[in-house]
Amino acid sequence: MAELKTGARLKSAVCDGEVMIVLAPAGDLEVTCGGAAMVAAGSAVEKGQVDPDHAVGIRIGKRYVNEDGTLEVLCVKNGDGGVAVNGVPLLQKDTKKLPKTD
Amino acid sequence: MNIMMLLEMTSATFPDRTAFTDGSSGRSYTYSQLFEAAATRAGSMAASGARRVGMLDVSSLATPLTLFASAWAGVPYAPLNYRLTDPEIEALLERIKPAYLVTSDEREPAMSVHKDVITSATTHFLTDAQHSARITGEWSMDPEEIAVLLFTSGTTGAPKAAVLRHKHLVSYILSSVEFASADEAEAALVCVPPYHIAGIAAILSSVYSGRHVVQLPNFTAETWIDLARKHEITTAFVVPTMLARVVDALEGQKTAGMPHLASLSYGGGKMPLSIIERAMRLFPDTDFTNAYGLTETSSTIAVLGPDDHRAAAGSDSDSIRQRLVSVGKALPGVEIEIRDDEGMLVAAGERGEIYVRGEQVSGEYEGRGSVTNSEGWFPTRDAGRMDEEGYLFLEGRADDVIVRGGENISPGEIEDVLLDHAAVRDAAVVGIPDEQWGEGIAAAVVFKPGQSAPIEELQTWIKDRMRSSRVPQVIRICDELPYNETGKLLRRVVKQTF
Repeated sequence: MAELKTGARLKSAVCDGEVMIVLAPAGDLEVTCGGAAMVAAGSAVEKGQVDPDHAVGIRIGKRYVNEDGTLEVLCVKNGDGGVAVNGVPLLQKDTKKLPKTD
Repeated sequence: MNIMMLLEMTSATFPDRTAFTDGSSGRSYTYSQLFEAAATRAGSMAASGARRVGMLDVSSLATPLTLFASAWAGVPYAPLNYRLTDPEIEALLERIKPAYLVTSDEREPAMSVHKDVITSATTHFLTDAQHSARITGEWSMDPEEIAVLLFTSGTTGAPKAAVLRHKHLVSYILSSVEFASADEAEAALVCVPPYHIAGIAAILSSVYSGRHVVQLPNFTAETWIDLARKHEITTAFVVPTMLARVVDALEGQKTAGMPHLASLSYGGGKMPLSIIERAMRLFPDTDFTNAYGLTETSSTIAVLGPDDHRAAAGSDSDSIRQRLVSVGKALPGVEIEIRDDEGMLVAAGERGEIYVRGEQVSGEYEGRGSVTNSEGWFPTRDAGRMDEEGYLFLEGRADDVIVRGGENISPGEIEDVLLDHAAVRDAAVVGIPDEQWGEGIAAAVVFKPGQSAPIEELQTWIKDRMRSSRVPQVIRICDELPYNETGKLLRRVVKQTF
Protein backbone atom coordinates (compact mmCIF):
# COMPACT_ATOMS: atom_id res chain seq x y z
CA MET A 1 0.00 0.00 0.00
CA ALA A 2 1.32 3.40 -0.88
CA GLU A 3 0.30 6.87 -1.96
CA LEU A 4 0.15 6.95 -5.79
CA LYS A 5 2.00 9.79 -7.45
CA THR A 6 0.84 11.21 -10.78
CA GLY A 7 3.43 10.52 -13.46
CA ALA A 8 5.00 7.63 -11.56
CA ARG A 9 5.83 4.47 -13.48
CA LEU A 10 5.09 1.03 -12.04
CA LYS A 11 6.02 -2.39 -13.30
CA SER A 12 4.44 -5.76 -12.84
CA ALA A 13 6.08 -8.30 -10.57
CA VAL A 14 4.74 -11.20 -12.66
CA CYS A 15 4.81 -10.11 -16.33
CA ASP A 16 6.40 -7.49 -18.64
CA GLY A 17 3.57 -5.00 -18.07
CA GLU A 18 4.27 -1.40 -17.04
CA VAL A 19 1.90 1.47 -16.38
CA MET A 20 2.10 5.18 -15.67
CA ILE A 21 -0.21 6.82 -13.15
CA VAL A 22 -2.22 9.47 -15.02
CA LEU A 23 -4.61 10.36 -12.24
CA ALA A 24 -4.84 9.15 -8.64
CA PRO A 25 -6.93 9.99 -5.60
CA ALA A 26 -5.30 10.80 -2.28
CA GLY A 27 -4.73 7.99 0.18
CA ASP A 28 -2.93 4.68 0.20
CA LEU A 29 -3.87 2.23 -2.52
CA GLU A 30 -2.56 -1.09 -3.73
CA VAL A 31 -2.09 -1.44 -7.47
CA THR A 32 -1.67 -5.00 -8.67
CA CYS A 33 -0.91 -6.55 -12.03
CA GLY A 34 -1.54 -10.23 -12.63
CA GLY A 35 -2.57 -10.50 -9.00
CA ALA A 36 0.73 -9.25 -7.53
CA ALA A 37 1.56 -5.79 -6.18
CA MET A 38 3.24 -3.58 -8.79
CA VAL A 39 6.60 -2.08 -7.93
CA ALA A 40 8.42 1.10 -8.95
CA ALA A 41 9.85 0.74 -12.47
CA GLY A 42 13.57 0.12 -12.34
CA SER A 43 13.50 -1.70 -9.00
CA ALA A 44 14.73 -5.29 -8.85
CA VAL A 45 12.03 -7.91 -8.53
CA GLU A 46 11.94 -11.67 -8.51
CA LYS A 47 9.42 -12.59 -11.18
CA GLY A 48 6.45 -14.60 -9.99
CA GLN A 49 3.52 -16.15 -11.86
CA VAL A 50 0.48 -14.37 -13.30
CA ASP A 51 -2.61 -15.34 -11.30
CA PRO A 52 -4.99 -16.94 -13.83
CA ASP A 53 -7.85 -14.94 -12.29
CA HIS A 54 -6.04 -11.70 -13.17
CA ALA A 55 -4.78 -12.53 -16.64
CA VAL A 56 -6.82 -10.28 -18.96
CA GLY A 57 -3.63 -8.52 -20.06
CA ILE A 58 -2.83 -4.85 -20.61
CA ARG A 59 -2.04 -3.26 -23.96
CA ILE A 60 0.38 -0.44 -24.66
CA GLY A 61 -1.28 2.92 -25.21
CA LYS A 62 -4.55 1.86 -23.60
CA ARG A 63 -5.83 3.62 -20.52
CA TYR A 64 -7.47 1.88 -17.60
CA VAL A 65 -9.77 3.51 -15.07
CA ASN A 66 -11.67 2.65 -11.93
CA GLU A 67 -15.45 2.83 -11.85
CA ASP A 68 -15.79 6.41 -10.56
CA GLY A 69 -13.00 7.75 -12.78
CA THR A 70 -10.82 8.94 -9.90
CA LEU A 71 -7.95 6.71 -10.89
CA GLU A 72 -6.42 6.27 -14.30
CA VAL A 73 -3.31 4.51 -15.57
CA LEU A 74 -1.72 4.36 -19.01
CA CYS A 75 -0.16 1.09 -20.13
CA VAL A 76 3.35 1.83 -21.38
CA LYS A 77 4.47 -1.79 -21.85
CA ASN A 78 2.34 -4.80 -22.82
CA GLY A 79 1.74 -7.37 -20.13
CA ASP A 80 -0.17 -10.62 -19.58
CA GLY A 81 -1.62 -9.60 -16.23
CA GLY A 82 -4.65 -7.40 -15.62
CA VAL A 83 -4.39 -4.28 -13.47
CA ALA A 84 -6.50 -3.92 -10.32
CA VAL A 85 -6.64 -1.43 -7.49
CA ASN A 86 -7.40 -2.67 -3.98
CA GLY A 87 -8.52 -5.91 -5.61
CA VAL A 88 -10.98 -4.31 -8.07
CA PRO A 89 -10.02 -4.75 -11.76
CA LEU A 90 -9.67 -1.52 -13.75
CA LEU A 91 -11.67 -1.07 -16.95
CA GLN A 92 -10.32 -0.07 -20.33
CA LYS A 93 -11.22 3.51 -21.15
CA ASP A 94 -12.66 4.38 -24.53
CA THR A 95 -11.00 7.31 -26.24
CA LYS A 96 -12.87 9.76 -28.35
CA LYS A 97 -11.58 10.12 -31.87
CA LEU A 98 -10.59 13.70 -32.61
CA PRO A 99 -9.72 15.41 -35.87
CA LYS A 100 -5.99 15.72 -36.47
CA THR A 101 -4.79 19.16 -35.51
CA ASP A 102 -1.01 19.03 -35.67
CA MET B 1 5.62 11.57 -16.79
CA ASN B 2 8.09 12.47 -19.50
CA ILE B 3 7.73 13.14 -23.22
CA MET B 4 10.51 10.56 -23.79
CA MET B 5 8.02 7.92 -22.72
CA LEU B 6 5.91 8.75 -25.80
CA LEU B 7 8.85 8.00 -28.08
CA GLU B 8 9.76 4.88 -26.10
CA MET B 9 6.25 3.47 -26.54
CA THR B 10 6.16 4.04 -30.30
CA SER B 11 9.72 2.79 -30.72
CA ALA B 12 8.74 -0.43 -28.94
CA THR B 13 5.59 -0.82 -31.05
CA PHE B 14 6.84 0.26 -34.50
CA PRO B 15 10.66 0.02 -34.31
CA ASP B 16 11.21 -0.08 -38.08
CA ARG B 17 8.62 2.44 -39.13
CA THR B 18 9.98 5.69 -40.61
CA ALA B 19 9.58 8.42 -38.01
CA PHE B 20 11.05 11.56 -39.59
CA THR B 21 12.28 12.48 -43.06
CA ASP B 22 14.08 15.74 -43.69
CA GLY B 23 12.37 16.94 -46.87
CA SER B 24 15.43 18.86 -48.04
CA SER B 25 18.18 16.27 -47.48
CA GLY B 26 15.99 13.18 -47.82
CA ARG B 27 17.59 11.64 -44.70
CA SER B 28 15.33 9.62 -42.39
CA TYR B 29 15.16 8.12 -38.93
CA THR B 30 13.08 5.10 -38.03
CA TYR B 31 11.47 5.16 -34.59
CA SER B 32 14.09 2.87 -33.07
CA GLN B 33 16.93 4.84 -34.67
CA LEU B 34 15.54 8.06 -33.23
CA PHE B 35 15.23 6.44 -29.80
CA GLU B 36 18.82 5.12 -29.88
CA ALA B 37 20.18 8.43 -31.19
CA ALA B 38 18.39 10.24 -28.35
CA ALA B 39 20.19 8.04 -25.81
CA THR B 40 23.66 9.08 -26.96
CA ARG B 41 22.80 12.77 -27.51
CA ALA B 42 21.28 12.80 -24.03
CA GLY B 43 24.65 11.45 -22.85
CA SER B 44 26.45 14.37 -24.49
CA MET B 45 23.99 16.88 -23.06
CA ALA B 46 24.18 15.49 -19.55
CA ALA B 47 27.99 15.44 -19.67
CA SER B 48 28.10 19.08 -20.79
CA GLY B 49 26.72 20.36 -17.49
CA ALA B 50 24.32 22.63 -19.40
CA ARG B 51 21.33 24.18 -17.66
CA ARG B 52 19.40 24.50 -20.95
CA VAL B 53 19.53 22.91 -24.39
CA GLY B 54 19.24 25.54 -27.12
CA MET B 55 18.30 24.94 -30.74
CA LEU B 56 19.08 27.57 -33.36
CA ASP B 57 18.46 26.16 -36.80
CA VAL B 58 15.73 25.35 -39.30
CA SER B 59 13.88 22.02 -39.00
CA SER B 60 15.90 18.89 -39.66
CA LEU B 61 16.29 15.46 -38.06
CA ALA B 62 18.15 17.35 -35.33
CA THR B 63 14.87 18.98 -34.22
CA PRO B 64 13.04 15.91 -32.80
CA LEU B 65 16.38 14.46 -31.72
CA THR B 66 17.23 17.53 -29.63
CA LEU B 67 13.74 17.69 -28.14
CA PHE B 68 13.75 14.07 -26.98
CA ALA B 69 17.42 13.91 -25.96
CA SER B 70 17.04 16.99 -23.75
CA ALA B 71 13.99 15.41 -22.10
CA TRP B 72 15.99 12.25 -21.44
CA ALA B 73 18.89 14.28 -20.03
CA GLY B 74 16.49 16.27 -17.84
CA VAL B 75 17.65 19.60 -19.32
CA PRO B 76 14.88 21.98 -20.55
CA TYR B 77 14.74 22.46 -24.33
CA ALA B 78 14.77 26.10 -25.46
CA PRO B 79 14.48 26.51 -29.24
CA LEU B 80 15.38 30.01 -30.46
CA ASN B 81 13.95 31.93 -33.40
CA TYR B 82 16.63 31.90 -36.10
CA ARG B 83 15.00 34.90 -37.78
CA LEU B 84 15.88 37.23 -34.93
CA THR B 85 18.72 39.72 -35.28
CA ASP B 86 22.15 38.83 -33.86
CA PRO B 87 21.77 41.13 -30.81
CA GLU B 88 18.34 39.60 -30.08
CA ILE B 89 19.76 36.08 -30.31
CA GLU B 90 22.65 37.03 -28.02
CA ALA B 91 20.23 38.41 -25.47
CA LEU B 92 18.33 35.10 -25.46
CA LEU B 93 21.58 33.10 -25.23
CA GLU B 94 22.44 35.05 -22.07
CA ARG B 95 19.17 33.84 -20.58
CA ILE B 96 19.77 30.14 -21.25
CA LYS B 97 23.44 29.94 -20.24
CA PRO B 98 25.16 27.64 -19.44
CA ALA B 99 23.75 26.00 -22.54
CA TYR B 100 24.28 23.11 -24.94
CA LEU B 101 23.43 24.70 -28.28
CA VAL B 102 22.60 22.79 -31.44
CA THR B 103 22.99 25.23 -34.30
CA SER B 104 23.48 25.30 -38.07
CA ASP B 105 26.91 24.53 -39.49
CA GLU B 106 27.13 28.12 -40.77
CA ARG B 107 26.37 29.74 -37.41
CA GLU B 108 28.35 27.36 -35.23
CA PRO B 109 31.77 29.10 -35.41
CA ALA B 110 30.28 32.45 -34.35
CA MET B 111 28.25 30.87 -31.55
CA SER B 112 31.14 28.82 -30.18
CA VAL B 113 32.95 31.94 -28.96
CA HIS B 114 30.29 32.59 -26.32
CA LYS B 115 31.31 31.77 -22.80
CA ASP B 116 29.27 28.99 -21.18
CA VAL B 117 27.82 27.88 -24.51
CA ILE B 118 28.85 24.44 -25.73
CA THR B 119 27.98 24.30 -29.40
CA SER B 120 27.27 21.36 -31.65
CA ALA B 121 26.88 22.05 -35.36
CA THR B 122 23.86 20.24 -36.81
CA THR B 123 25.93 17.93 -39.05
CA HIS B 124 28.17 17.07 -36.12
CA PHE B 125 25.17 16.60 -33.83
CA LEU B 126 23.62 14.15 -36.29
CA THR B 127 26.81 12.08 -36.62
CA ASP B 128 26.54 9.03 -34.36
CA ALA B 129 30.30 8.64 -33.99
CA GLN B 130 30.47 12.04 -32.26
CA HIS B 131 28.32 10.78 -29.39
CA SER B 132 29.74 7.54 -28.08
CA ALA B 133 28.41 7.50 -24.54
CA ARG B 134 24.79 6.54 -23.94
CA ILE B 135 23.24 8.34 -21.01
CA THR B 136 23.31 6.24 -17.89
CA GLY B 137 19.97 5.83 -16.20
CA GLU B 138 16.35 6.50 -17.09
CA TRP B 139 14.67 9.82 -17.66
CA SER B 140 12.91 11.47 -14.75
CA MET B 141 9.20 10.70 -14.36
CA ASP B 142 8.62 13.82 -12.23
CA PRO B 143 5.69 15.52 -13.97
CA GLU B 144 6.74 18.92 -12.59
CA GLU B 145 10.05 19.02 -14.44
CA ILE B 146 10.35 21.59 -17.21
CA ALA B 147 10.29 20.08 -20.70
CA VAL B 148 10.31 23.15 -22.92
CA LEU B 149 10.91 26.88 -22.67
CA LEU B 150 9.46 28.86 -25.55
CA PHE B 151 10.24 32.52 -26.02
CA THR B 152 7.00 34.23 -26.98
CA SER B 153 7.00 36.98 -29.56
CA GLY B 154 6.20 39.73 -27.08
CA THR B 155 4.89 42.92 -28.64
CA THR B 156 6.61 45.07 -26.03
CA GLY B 157 9.75 44.59 -23.98
CA ALA B 158 11.89 41.47 -23.76
CA PRO B 159 10.35 38.16 -24.89
CA LYS B 160 8.83 36.10 -22.09
CA ALA B 161 9.86 32.47 -21.71
CA ALA B 162 6.73 30.32 -21.46
CA VAL B 163 7.31 27.28 -19.25
CA LEU B 164 5.85 23.95 -20.40
CA ARG B 165 6.33 21.11 -17.95
CA HIS B 166 6.24 17.43 -18.87
CA LYS B 167 2.77 17.17 -17.31
CA HIS B 168 1.37 19.83 -19.66
CA LEU B 169 2.70 18.30 -22.86
CA VAL B 170 1.93 14.70 -21.90
CA SER B 171 -1.62 15.68 -20.83
CA TYR B 172 -2.16 17.39 -24.16
CA ILE B 173 -1.02 14.34 -26.10
CA LEU B 174 -2.92 11.79 -24.00
CA SER B 175 -6.16 13.75 -24.29
CA SER B 176 -5.93 14.48 -28.02
CA VAL B 177 -4.08 11.60 -29.71
CA GLU B 178 -4.78 7.89 -29.73
CA PHE B 179 -1.62 5.83 -29.35
CA ALA B 180 -0.35 4.06 -32.49
CA SER B 181 -3.46 5.11 -34.39
CA ALA B 182 -1.62 6.06 -37.59
CA ASP B 183 -1.53 3.70 -40.51
CA GLU B 184 1.90 2.92 -41.93
CA ALA B 185 1.08 4.82 -45.13
CA GLU B 186 0.22 8.02 -43.28
CA ALA B 187 2.61 10.93 -43.58
CA ALA B 188 2.42 14.42 -42.12
CA LEU B 189 4.03 17.43 -43.76
CA VAL B 190 5.36 19.76 -41.07
CA CYS B 191 6.44 23.24 -42.13
CA VAL B 192 6.18 25.19 -38.87
CA PRO B 193 9.55 26.16 -37.36
CA PRO B 194 11.07 24.34 -34.35
CA TYR B 195 10.63 27.33 -32.02
CA HIS B 196 6.86 27.50 -32.51
CA ILE B 197 4.50 25.57 -30.22
CA ALA B 198 2.85 24.05 -33.29
CA GLY B 199 6.26 22.63 -34.24
CA ILE B 200 6.63 20.96 -30.84
CA ALA B 201 3.04 19.70 -30.87
CA ALA B 202 3.46 18.29 -34.39
CA ILE B 203 6.47 16.23 -33.28
CA LEU B 204 4.78 14.87 -30.16
CA SER B 205 1.41 14.13 -31.78
CA SER B 206 2.96 12.39 -34.76
CA VAL B 207 5.31 10.33 -32.61
CA TYR B 208 2.54 9.16 -30.28
CA SER B 209 0.29 8.21 -33.18
CA GLY B 210 3.20 6.49 -34.97
CA ARG B 211 2.94 8.73 -38.02
CA HIS B 212 5.76 9.48 -40.44
CA VAL B 213 6.72 13.17 -40.47
CA VAL B 214 8.18 14.86 -43.54
CA GLN B 215 9.85 18.13 -42.62
CA LEU B 216 9.85 21.20 -44.84
CA PRO B 217 12.50 23.56 -43.41
CA ASN B 218 11.85 26.69 -45.49
CA PHE B 219 8.28 27.10 -46.59
CA THR B 220 7.42 28.11 -50.12
CA ALA B 221 4.11 27.19 -51.71
CA GLU B 222 5.91 25.41 -54.56
CA THR B 223 8.06 23.17 -52.34
CA TRP B 224 5.07 22.44 -50.10
CA ILE B 225 3.05 21.29 -53.12
CA ASP B 226 6.00 19.28 -54.49
CA LEU B 227 6.68 17.50 -51.19
CA ALA B 228 2.98 16.82 -50.60
CA ARG B 229 2.74 15.08 -53.97
CA LYS B 230 6.11 13.31 -53.81
CA HIS B 231 5.62 11.83 -50.33
CA GLU B 232 1.88 11.24 -50.80
CA ILE B 233 1.26 13.36 -47.71
CA THR B 234 -1.93 12.43 -45.88
CA THR B 235 -2.05 15.18 -43.27
CA ALA B 236 -0.58 18.66 -42.88
CA PHE B 237 -0.72 21.75 -40.72
CA VAL B 238 -0.37 25.26 -42.13
CA VAL B 239 -0.78 28.81 -40.87
CA PRO B 240 -3.26 31.01 -42.78
CA THR B 241 -0.64 32.86 -44.81
CA MET B 242 0.81 29.53 -45.97
CA LEU B 243 -2.61 28.28 -47.06
CA ALA B 244 -3.23 31.58 -48.88
CA ARG B 245 0.03 31.10 -50.80
CA VAL B 246 -0.72 27.47 -51.61
CA VAL B 247 -4.17 28.46 -52.86
CA ASP B 248 -2.65 31.26 -54.96
CA ALA B 249 -0.05 28.88 -56.42
CA LEU B 250 -2.81 26.45 -57.43
CA GLU B 251 -4.85 29.23 -59.05
CA GLY B 252 -6.31 28.15 -62.35
CA GLN B 253 -6.15 24.46 -61.47
CA LYS B 254 -9.38 22.65 -60.93
CA THR B 255 -8.18 20.60 -57.98
CA ALA B 256 -4.97 20.55 -55.99
CA GLY B 257 -3.90 17.18 -57.37
CA MET B 258 -3.21 15.74 -53.93
CA PRO B 259 -5.59 12.80 -53.66
CA HIS B 260 -3.74 11.40 -50.64
CA LEU B 261 -4.24 14.52 -48.52
CA ALA B 262 -6.99 13.30 -46.18
CA SER B 263 -6.73 16.11 -43.66
CA LEU B 264 -5.45 19.65 -43.60
CA SER B 265 -5.45 21.63 -40.39
CA TYR B 266 -4.67 25.27 -39.91
CA GLY B 267 -4.25 27.76 -37.12
CA GLY B 268 -1.92 30.36 -35.66
CA GLY B 269 -3.80 33.35 -37.00
CA LYS B 270 -7.07 34.49 -38.44
CA MET B 271 -8.16 32.67 -41.60
CA PRO B 272 -10.00 34.89 -44.10
CA LEU B 273 -13.32 33.37 -45.25
CA SER B 274 -12.38 33.77 -48.92
CA ILE B 275 -9.18 31.72 -48.51
CA ILE B 276 -10.80 28.80 -46.71
CA GLU B 277 -13.66 28.72 -49.21
CA ARG B 278 -11.23 28.64 -52.14
CA ALA B 279 -9.14 25.98 -50.38
CA MET B 280 -12.19 23.77 -49.82
CA ARG B 281 -12.97 23.93 -53.54
CA LEU B 282 -9.38 23.04 -54.48
CA PHE B 283 -9.27 20.16 -51.96
CA PRO B 284 -12.79 18.76 -52.24
CA ASP B 285 -11.99 15.42 -50.57
CA THR B 286 -9.81 16.80 -47.79
CA ASP B 287 -10.99 17.15 -44.19
CA PHE B 288 -10.34 20.67 -42.92
CA THR B 289 -9.76 21.39 -39.25
CA ASN B 290 -9.17 24.76 -37.67
CA ALA B 291 -7.10 24.54 -34.51
CA TYR B 292 -6.82 27.34 -31.99
CA GLY B 293 -4.19 27.30 -29.29
CA LEU B 294 -1.45 29.22 -27.60
CA THR B 295 2.10 28.55 -26.52
CA GLU B 296 0.97 28.79 -22.89
CA THR B 297 -1.68 26.11 -23.42
CA SER B 298 0.62 23.45 -24.97
CA SER B 299 -0.95 24.09 -28.38
CA THR B 300 -4.55 23.33 -29.41
CA ILE B 301 -7.46 24.09 -27.06
CA ALA B 302 -10.34 24.37 -29.57
CA VAL B 303 -11.09 22.81 -32.95
CA LEU B 304 -13.51 23.38 -35.78
CA GLY B 305 -13.70 19.92 -37.31
CA PRO B 306 -14.33 18.64 -40.85
CA ASP B 307 -18.08 18.17 -40.37
CA ASP B 308 -18.44 21.74 -39.15
CA HIS B 309 -16.53 22.93 -42.21
CA ARG B 310 -18.77 21.05 -44.63
CA ALA B 311 -21.99 22.08 -42.88
CA ALA B 312 -20.92 25.72 -42.87
CA ALA B 313 -19.69 25.75 -46.47
CA GLY B 314 -22.89 24.14 -47.75
CA SER B 315 -25.22 26.41 -45.86
CA ASP B 316 -27.44 29.15 -47.29
CA SER B 317 -27.61 30.82 -43.91
CA ASP B 318 -25.05 33.57 -43.44
CA SER B 319 -24.76 32.89 -39.73
CA ILE B 320 -23.91 29.22 -40.29
CA ARG B 321 -21.51 30.06 -43.12
CA GLN B 322 -19.78 32.43 -40.70
CA ARG B 323 -18.87 29.40 -38.61
CA LEU B 324 -16.14 28.78 -41.16
CA VAL B 325 -14.24 31.60 -39.50
CA SER B 326 -14.89 30.22 -36.02
CA VAL B 327 -12.22 28.21 -34.22
CA GLY B 328 -14.82 25.68 -33.13
CA LYS B 329 -15.37 24.16 -29.72
CA ALA B 330 -13.17 23.39 -26.74
CA LEU B 331 -11.25 20.08 -26.76
CA PRO B 332 -12.28 17.45 -24.21
CA GLY B 333 -10.58 18.26 -20.92
CA VAL B 334 -10.39 21.95 -21.77
CA GLU B 335 -12.82 24.61 -20.50
CA ILE B 336 -13.20 27.98 -22.22
CA GLU B 337 -15.03 31.06 -20.95
CA ILE B 338 -15.46 34.63 -22.13
CA ARG B 339 -15.16 37.30 -19.45
CA ASP B 340 -15.36 41.08 -19.31
CA ASP B 341 -12.76 43.53 -17.96
CA GLU B 342 -13.87 42.82 -14.39
CA GLY B 343 -13.44 39.07 -14.90
CA MET B 344 -17.21 38.43 -14.97
CA LEU B 345 -18.76 35.99 -17.47
CA VAL B 346 -20.43 37.63 -20.47
CA ALA B 347 -23.57 36.42 -22.26
CA ALA B 348 -23.41 34.22 -25.38
CA GLY B 349 -22.42 36.23 -28.44
CA GLU B 350 -20.85 39.05 -26.43
CA ARG B 351 -17.26 40.02 -26.81
CA GLY B 352 -14.73 39.64 -24.02
CA GLU B 353 -11.42 38.08 -23.11
CA ILE B 354 -10.91 34.35 -23.62
CA TYR B 355 -10.08 32.40 -20.43
CA VAL B 356 -8.99 28.76 -20.52
CA ARG B 357 -8.47 26.00 -17.97
CA GLY B 358 -7.22 22.41 -18.22
CA GLU B 359 -4.38 19.98 -17.49
CA GLN B 360 -2.46 21.10 -20.56
CA VAL B 361 -2.64 24.79 -19.61
CA SER B 362 0.59 26.15 -18.16
CA GLY B 363 0.15 29.92 -18.10
CA GLU B 364 3.57 30.16 -16.50
CA TYR B 365 6.54 32.31 -17.46
CA GLU B 366 10.11 31.82 -16.33
CA GLY B 367 10.93 34.14 -13.45
CA ARG B 368 7.34 35.37 -13.14
CA GLY B 369 5.49 32.28 -11.99
CA SER B 370 2.01 31.36 -13.11
CA VAL B 371 -0.49 33.97 -14.23
CA THR B 372 -3.44 31.58 -13.84
CA ASN B 373 -5.91 32.64 -11.14
CA SER B 374 -6.70 30.70 -7.98
CA GLU B 375 -9.20 28.50 -9.85
CA GLY B 376 -6.69 27.65 -12.57
CA TRP B 377 -8.07 29.94 -15.29
CA PHE B 378 -5.53 31.43 -17.69
CA PRO B 379 -6.41 34.82 -19.22
CA THR B 380 -5.21 34.49 -22.82
CA ARG B 381 -5.31 38.23 -23.72
CA ASP B 382 -7.11 37.05 -26.86
CA ALA B 383 -10.48 38.67 -27.44
CA GLY B 384 -13.39 36.56 -28.59
CA ARG B 385 -17.02 35.63 -28.34
CA MET B 386 -18.84 32.31 -28.05
CA ASP B 387 -22.21 31.61 -29.61
CA GLU B 388 -25.09 29.70 -27.98
CA GLU B 389 -23.75 26.39 -29.23
CA GLY B 390 -20.25 26.90 -27.89
CA TYR B 391 -18.54 27.92 -31.13
CA LEU B 392 -15.68 30.26 -30.36
CA PHE B 393 -14.84 33.25 -32.56
CA LEU B 394 -11.56 35.13 -32.23
CA GLU B 395 -11.55 38.89 -32.36
CA GLY B 396 -7.89 39.77 -32.14
CA ARG B 397 -5.88 40.55 -29.06
CA ALA B 398 -7.64 42.08 -26.08
CA ASP B 399 -5.07 44.88 -26.32
CA ASP B 400 -6.08 45.67 -29.91
CA VAL B 401 -9.43 47.11 -28.87
CA ILE B 402 -9.94 50.63 -30.15
CA VAL B 403 -11.58 52.92 -27.61
CA ARG B 404 -13.31 55.66 -29.58
CA GLY B 405 -15.20 58.17 -27.48
CA GLY B 406 -15.61 55.60 -24.70
CA GLU B 407 -16.91 52.94 -27.07
CA ASN B 408 -14.97 49.68 -27.40
CA ILE B 409 -14.49 48.73 -31.02
CA SER B 410 -12.99 45.46 -32.21
CA PRO B 411 -10.77 45.85 -35.28
CA GLY B 412 -11.80 42.35 -36.38
CA GLU B 413 -15.45 43.26 -36.94
CA ILE B 414 -14.52 46.08 -39.30
CA GLU B 415 -11.91 43.94 -41.06
CA ASP B 416 -14.54 41.25 -41.68
CA VAL B 417 -16.85 43.76 -43.35
CA LEU B 418 -14.04 45.15 -45.49
CA LEU B 419 -13.10 41.61 -46.56
CA ASP B 420 -16.66 41.05 -47.77
CA HIS B 421 -16.16 43.79 -50.38
CA ALA B 422 -15.52 42.22 -53.80
CA ALA B 423 -12.34 44.20 -54.48
CA VAL B 424 -10.67 43.68 -51.09
CA ARG B 425 -8.14 40.90 -50.57
CA ASP B 426 -6.82 41.81 -47.11
CA ALA B 427 -7.49 44.46 -44.48
CA ALA B 428 -6.10 45.61 -41.15
CA VAL B 429 -7.83 48.08 -38.83
CA VAL B 430 -5.96 49.92 -36.07
CA GLY B 431 -6.54 52.74 -33.63
CA ILE B 432 -4.83 56.10 -34.25
CA PRO B 433 -4.60 59.12 -31.94
CA ASP B 434 -7.58 61.43 -32.37
CA GLU B 435 -8.05 64.72 -30.56
CA GLN B 436 -11.81 64.62 -30.53
CA TRP B 437 -12.43 60.93 -29.78
CA GLY B 438 -9.26 59.86 -27.99
CA GLU B 439 -8.77 57.15 -30.57
CA GLY B 440 -9.84 57.14 -34.19
CA ILE B 441 -10.03 54.32 -36.71
CA ALA B 442 -7.62 53.74 -39.58
CA ALA B 443 -7.58 50.91 -42.10
CA ALA B 444 -4.93 49.50 -44.40
CA VAL B 445 -6.46 47.73 -47.38
CA VAL B 446 -4.98 45.44 -50.02
CA PHE B 447 -6.94 45.05 -53.25
CA LYS B 448 -7.22 41.87 -55.27
CA PRO B 449 -4.99 41.81 -58.36
CA GLY B 450 -6.42 44.05 -61.06
CA GLN B 451 -9.19 45.41 -58.84
CA SER B 452 -9.76 48.56 -56.85
CA ALA B 453 -12.46 50.78 -55.35
CA PRO B 454 -12.57 54.43 -54.33
CA ILE B 455 -11.92 55.04 -50.63
CA GLU B 456 -15.32 56.74 -50.24
CA GLU B 457 -16.97 53.59 -51.55
CA LEU B 458 -15.24 51.49 -48.87
CA GLN B 459 -16.31 53.97 -46.18
CA THR B 460 -19.91 53.86 -47.40
CA TRP B 461 -19.69 50.04 -47.55
CA ILE B 462 -18.89 49.97 -43.83
CA LYS B 463 -21.36 52.70 -42.91
CA ASP B 464 -24.19 50.78 -44.61
CA ARG B 465 -23.37 47.59 -42.74
CA MET B 466 -22.24 48.88 -39.35
CA ARG B 467 -22.67 51.97 -37.24
CA SER B 468 -21.12 55.23 -38.45
CA SER B 469 -18.74 55.13 -35.48
CA ARG B 470 -17.08 52.13 -37.18
CA VAL B 471 -16.16 53.98 -40.38
CA PRO B 472 -12.39 54.44 -40.68
CA GLN B 473 -11.50 58.10 -40.99
CA VAL B 474 -8.35 57.14 -42.88
CA ILE B 475 -8.02 54.28 -45.35
CA ARG B 476 -4.65 53.60 -46.91
CA ILE B 477 -4.18 51.31 -49.89
CA CYS B 478 -1.07 49.14 -49.75
CA ASP B 479 0.49 46.23 -51.68
CA GLU B 480 0.50 43.82 -48.75
CA LEU B 481 0.12 43.69 -45.00
CA PRO B 482 2.95 42.78 -42.66
CA TYR B 483 2.72 39.28 -41.19
CA ASN B 484 5.27 37.34 -39.18
CA GLU B 485 6.33 33.98 -40.55
CA THR B 486 3.70 32.12 -38.57
CA GLY B 487 0.87 34.17 -39.97
CA LYS B 488 0.27 36.71 -37.20
CA LEU B 489 -0.66 40.15 -38.46
CA LEU B 490 1.86 42.68 -37.14
CA ARG B 491 -0.68 45.28 -36.09
CA ARG B 492 1.98 47.41 -34.45
CA VAL B 493 3.75 47.79 -37.78
CA VAL B 494 0.49 48.74 -39.51
CA LYS B 495 -0.13 51.34 -36.81
CA GLN B 496 3.25 52.94 -37.41
CA THR B 497 2.32 53.64 -41.04
CA PHE B 498 -0.41 56.07 -40.03
